[in-house]
Amino acid sequence: MAGQTPKEIGGINFGLMDPETYRDMSATKVITADTYDDDGYPIDMGLMDPRLGVIDPGLECRTCGKHSGSCNGHFGHIELAAPVIHVGFTKLIRRLLRATCRNCGRLALSDEEKAEFEEKLQRTKDLGGDPTDVLKAAVRQARKSSECSYCTSTDPYLGEVPTTQYDIKHEKPTTYYEELEVPQSDLHRRLSSAMEGEEEVVKPEELAEQVNERLRKERDRLDDTMGSRADNPEVETVEAADIQSLMSGEGIRGRTRPDRRDATLLKHIERVLNVGNDERLIDTSLDKLMPSDIRDWFEDIPDEDLEALGIHPQKSRPEWMILTVLPVPPVTTRPSITLDNGQRSEDDLTHKLVDIIRINQRFMENREAGAPQLIIEDLWELLQYHVTTFIDNEISGTPPARHRSGRPLKTLSQRLKGKEGRFRGSLSGKRVNFSARTVISPDPTLSLNEVGVPERVAEEMTQTMNVSERNIDRARQYVRNGPEAHPGANYVKRPDGRRLKVTEKNCEELAEKVEPGWEVNRHLVDGDIVIFNRQPSLHRMSIMAHEVVVMPYKTFRLNTVVCPPYNADFDGDEMNMHALQNEEARAEARVLMRVQEQILSPRFGENIIGAIQDHISGTYLLTHENPEFTETQALDLLRATSVDELPEPDGTNEAGREIWTGRTVFSELLPDDLSLEFTSSTGDTVIIENGQLIEGTIDEDAVGAFGGEVVDTLTKVYSETRARVFINEVASLAMRAIMHFGFSLGIDDESIPPEATEQVDEAIDSAYERVQELISTYEAGDLESLPGRTIDETLEMKIMQTLGKARDSAGEIAEDHFEDDNPAVIMARSGARGSMLNLTQMTGCVGQQAVRGERINRGYEDRTLAHYEADDLSAEAHGFVENSYRSGLTPEEFFFHAMGGREGLVDTAVRTSKSGYLQRRLINALSELEAQYDGTVRDTSGTIVQFEFGEDGTSPVKVSSNEESAIDIGSITDRIVDAEFGSEEEKERFLGRREAPTNLSEYAGPGLDKAGGVGVSDD
Amino acid sequence: MTDGGSVDRFVDRHEQVTEDIALVVEDTELPRRLRDEIYENVDARGGVTTEQANEIAQAAESRYLDTRVDPLDPVGTVSAQSIGEPGTQMTMNTFHYAGVAEMDVTQGLPRLIELVDARKTPDTPIMIVHLDEEHATDREKAHEVVWQLEATKVLALGDVSTNVADMRVTVDLNEETLLERWPTYDDATEVAGVVSDIVQDSLGVETVLTGTTIEFGPEEPSYRQLLQLVEQLREIVFKGIEEVSRVVIRKEEVDSGDEEYVLYTEGSAFADALEIEGVDASRTTCNNIHEIHRTLGIEAARETIINETMETLEEQGLDDVNIRHLMLVADIMTNRGTVESIGRHGISGSKESVLARAAFEVTVNHLLDAAIHGEKDDLNGVIENVIVGKPVAIGTGDVDLRMGSAPDTTSADD
Repeated sequence: MAGQTPKEIGGINFGLMDPETYRDMSATKVITADTYDDDGYPIDMGLMDPRLGVIDPGLECRTCGKHSGSCNGHFGHIELAAPVIHVGFTKLIRRLLRATCRNCGRLALSDEEKAEFEEKLQRTKDLGGDPTDVLKAAVRQARKSSECSYCTSTDPYLGEVPTTQYDIKHEKPTTYYEELEVPQSDLHRRLSSAMEGEEEVVKPEELAEQVNERLRKERDRLDDTMGSRADNPEVETVEAADIQSLMSGEGIRGRTRPDRRDATLLKHIERVLNVGNDERLIDTSLDKLMPSDIRDWFEDIPDEDLEALGIHPQKSRPEWMILTVLPVPPVTTRPSITLDNGQRSEDDLTHKLVDIIRINQRFMENREAGAPQLIIEDLWELLQYHVTTFIDNEISGTPPARHRSGRPLKTLSQRLKGKEGRFRGSLSGKRVNFSARTVISPDPTLSLNEVGVPERVAEEMTQTMNVSERNIDRARQYVRNGPEAHPGANYVKRPDGRRLKVTEKNCEELAEKVEPGWEVNRHLVDGDIVIFNRQPSLHRMSIMAHEVVVMPYKTFRLNTVVCPPYNADFDGDEMNMHALQNEEARAEARVLMRVQEQILSPRFGENIIGAIQDHISGTYLLTHENPEFTETQALDLLRATSVDELPEPDGTNEAGREIWTGRTVFSELLPDDLSLEFTSSTGDTVIIENGQLIEGTIDEDAVGAFGGEVVDTLTKVYSETRARVFINEVASLAMRAIMHFGFSLGIDDESIPPEATEQVDEAIDSAYERVQELISTYEAGDLESLPGRTIDETLEMKIMQTLGKARDSAGEIAEDHFEDDNPAVIMARSGARGSMLNLTQMTGCVGQQAVRGERINRGYEDRTLAHYEADDLSAEAHGFVENSYRSGLTPEEFFFHAMGGREGLVDTAVRTSKSGYLQRRLINALSELEAQYDGTVRDTSGTIVQFEFGEDGTSPVKVSSNEESAIDIGSITDRIVDAEFGSEEEKERFLGRREAPTNLSEYAGPGLDKAGGVGVSDD
Repeated sequence: MTDGGSVDRFVDRHEQVTEDIALVVEDTELPRRLRDEIYENVDARGGVTTEQANEIAQAAESRYLDTRVDPLDPVGTVSAQSIGEPGTQMTMNTFHYAGVAEMDVTQGLPRLIELVDARKTPDTPIMIVHLDEEHATDREKAHEVVWQLEATKVLALGDVSTNVADMRVTVDLNEETLLERWPTYDDATEVAGVVSDIVQDSLGVETVLTGTTIEFGPEEPSYRQLLQLVEQLREIVFKGIEEVSRVVIRKEEVDSGDEEYVLYTEGSAFADALEIEGVDASRTTCNNIHEIHRTLGIEAARETIINETMETLEEQGLDDVNIRHLMLVADIMTNRGTVESIGRHGISGSKESVLARAAFEVTVNHLLDAAIHGEKDDLNGVIENVIVGKPVAIGTGDVDLRMGSAPDTTSADD
């Protein structure tokens, strides 16, 4: 491999192959259907001939001399005993047969028409259309004419005439017939009855005379129209005797029976006798076109005519669609497997090739032995079948070739097709080395940029170190540690390209040998960059780069704040990790793909990473009622952050000790110059001035994932690094806070006092009454229908409405009886988890169950369950659940609830597959689009799709989708004119003259919180 | 770079803007709208010095440049993901149209798929017909438009009875309905005459009109023909647009705060609807992209795709999807001047590269066709290059860096 320059593919030409080319590129002709001899060696000129490549280790390829692994294999060929049709082209073959002359092969179009189609073709090509459409149109046009305008043939009665064209019938998959005109089999009877006529009997003499007259006229017409027509004195005429012999069922001109040559004559007799459609003398008979006939036919088609059809004459002659030589794919494409018992199991393709060779052999033997035509045709068809299924085994109308076990064989087409096929399965997506997969679990002590990697994984995934004077000591240490101790090495590569495995035994020795210029494949260590991914990868945040933290145990560890972008939870989810193998990839991953670079989602232009669930409950508890903390408590809350000094205390408590409020503690995480004002999801106004939370509750709308105001502003106005530090610290602080207060949820938290339950019951009862009223008005026929709805529909809608209101009022009653410190309420209000609806259903009333957006109506005839009377319209008979989850459902309610639940499950299953396909199509259609330096959006061929992305060139990442304009000139003006800058530095940053420095690692660069030194609080 | 003369108009238009300020602002890379906004702000504040104006312009410029898309950004893939990803969160059900409880409209994921597929007719075609000033506020007049739109069939006009013994069909028309639906007439019998004529023309039978009762029968007594006639009679559209089966009239608040009548139709015939008197063609829309394309052209079709997809997403509570993504999808669908679908029959099927097409769907056919036409794949696109294992020419793959000696540094500071 060393020294071999990698070849780059510049382009790929597509075309058909000439049989001669097949023979030229063939390593050997294959004539034996057997594969291996008794000793297990491949048979010469058999399907496993060593000239076709080698798969068994140790053997040498007889064509290129390489061994298995490096020899790509070589094609062989089979000489087919007779030509067969390539199934992929059956439609085109049919079209060509219909469009070209059966005699001369010319396309039945005039020169002008040809030019026209050629022009159309060029236009479709320029516009990126489908050339097949033009071909179809041309064929449709050509098919119209029933005579060839380029060649003539001889008719016994008319002399030289333009060649008549017959209809082509195609019997799928590979049989073609010409619809020829032949005399009816009961011609004598039909002729006699036609001559008798209804009134008058036509005598043979009269008929002969009239027919001759017609033939003469026809000849004259031909003379006129055809210009130079070969003089044909020997044309035949009809005599009365001929007619008579036809009437008696005999042939004319010494033939025993009438045949195809008499078609012209009979046609004219028909006209003279004015024969009706049911009594025609001429029948159509199907004449089978053998592949060899078709091949001969296509050979005559001139190149110019093919060009008009859009067929490339040099690259793909139509006769090449009829195979005379079958290429035998190299052994490497159809490797055989040795089973445990030493038996060889051949690939599907090999099986198919065996069939082909067997039949081919039999065909040749039979033909040489002079077997009857019938047998030959049968064998021909069989050969055709085998070649057809070799190419495609899913042709409709043909039984698929099967394995002995009954499993259909996977032949050439099946290998390419579909999700697991060559294109989608092996070329567009590949299996890779240096990847790992395991279960994920949470670790709040990690930074969001990090991932905990189990030692076992770290020891398997390696990074290549190029040893130099500066890192040789470390490199040697890695090698010395060997492959089993953690920061060790698995392989070393000498400058001569030899790769040596580091083992427990040789590691000490090898470590001494390592010199600059060597390469050492060392284990992953803390700080390495890896790519981390969770499927389904629906957006770019599903694949992000993390820094490695090697850890004990066997799961990948994540900070919980990265769950939203991955859509991950820890109920058994697994994720994949990829170790990057070159500097370019590692650099790109660090700069573009690291989690902190992906805080903003391009879908809605706000942060997708932020506090979730308990973090939000925590900040809520910390800031909502602004509790007070003593010094110890405050420091404890902040102990996992980089803040190690408390600000001035907010006052003293009764005991006279200094206290700090929750908001002050939270403010410690904010940059000193941050000022913000917004409404929290709890509903109060949050005011942050100069880095101090003055008032308001910090909850989902402030720090949450999916557009938390503070996180969003920090990312956009400050830097990604600042935002990362903030999110990490908010998460730690929130966890400390929630632990400080304690937070739990039990079944008693969903209970309401008995009087409240009574109220709920009352509300539901009154709803039942109203429903009953509706039903009685309906039954009395007094219900007025809504415009455009039937009375039944109106009733249903009104009942649904009433019951919906009942559920809501039950919810309201329940809500009134909850304390503000109820954990479920806190979670719902702060946006941490759950909603008031969930609470309503747990405490008040579950409400109406629906299937297809309607009350439950299915089940028995006229009723949902046998528990109810037929045609009972009441609420409970149609799935209204008046109980709460806490009080428990009745069996009927439970059943209705399950019905609604099942619909939801089915819906989700259907939806995932549909939306998956939608996504694939969208990606495929848009994947080539790229913003250019000039602001336009173009595809890879240069077509402009937009002159300015999104009409204003604004990036969707940096601007929230519900924001009108990203730049508020008004506030900029205010700030500059009022000159509110603390320092020159601040002003510089405001003007944008100073960009936030690039941070590449948790361990290096500005704004870090890991290594000591530069803190965050001084920005 | 703007020459001095051309800043005059900004100076003229804004009192507080001096020539220096204008020059400073015009010297930035800001787009027109932002420059104008600076002038307006400078005007509003008053007393802004040139130095301050320069700083404002600079601050705005750095922010503007910061919010622009990065060159070589793979915006296509990002947009596709941004639309596809929320697809998993959508419902599959058909629900009532926003507020119009009387109508069911396809929504959610099925509607999104329908739009992206560019189906010839949507599952539930509708039109939202806005009325011109004269008709929008008057319920009577709005109803006149309704009768012009809604297809009136015989069952809406009166009762049909079949007399098998005499082989006669009798249509007993309701006088009130007739006068209501033909408001220009005063006499119900006259309208009945009109109706009778239509029946005569479309069924090809002689009708007898007595008052508001129409009677007819087959020419030769035949039971089959009689029934056939009744069948055909039911299908005759006496008034309105055939495709429009129902019209719902609704009072809606418009931007100005006034209320006006808006018509929602089930079924659509956009071109016909625009012709009707009283219809405000500038605001009337329809949810069939192809109809819009035919009547208003490709730009209108693009706009419709954007609006319809946005509405579909909003309906599902996914209103946070950036509209720029939808624009890109609409733009690629309409890029060639016709509405193309996203999928193998549209954009993906007409890609230049054989490999890209083969990798999407119907693999084998694309390869065989490519062979016949002697196509060549130049490997320019993304998918082809993934297949052959070359770097793709998009994003960081579109940049070439070469190490070399530094060029001379004459133009270092400008």
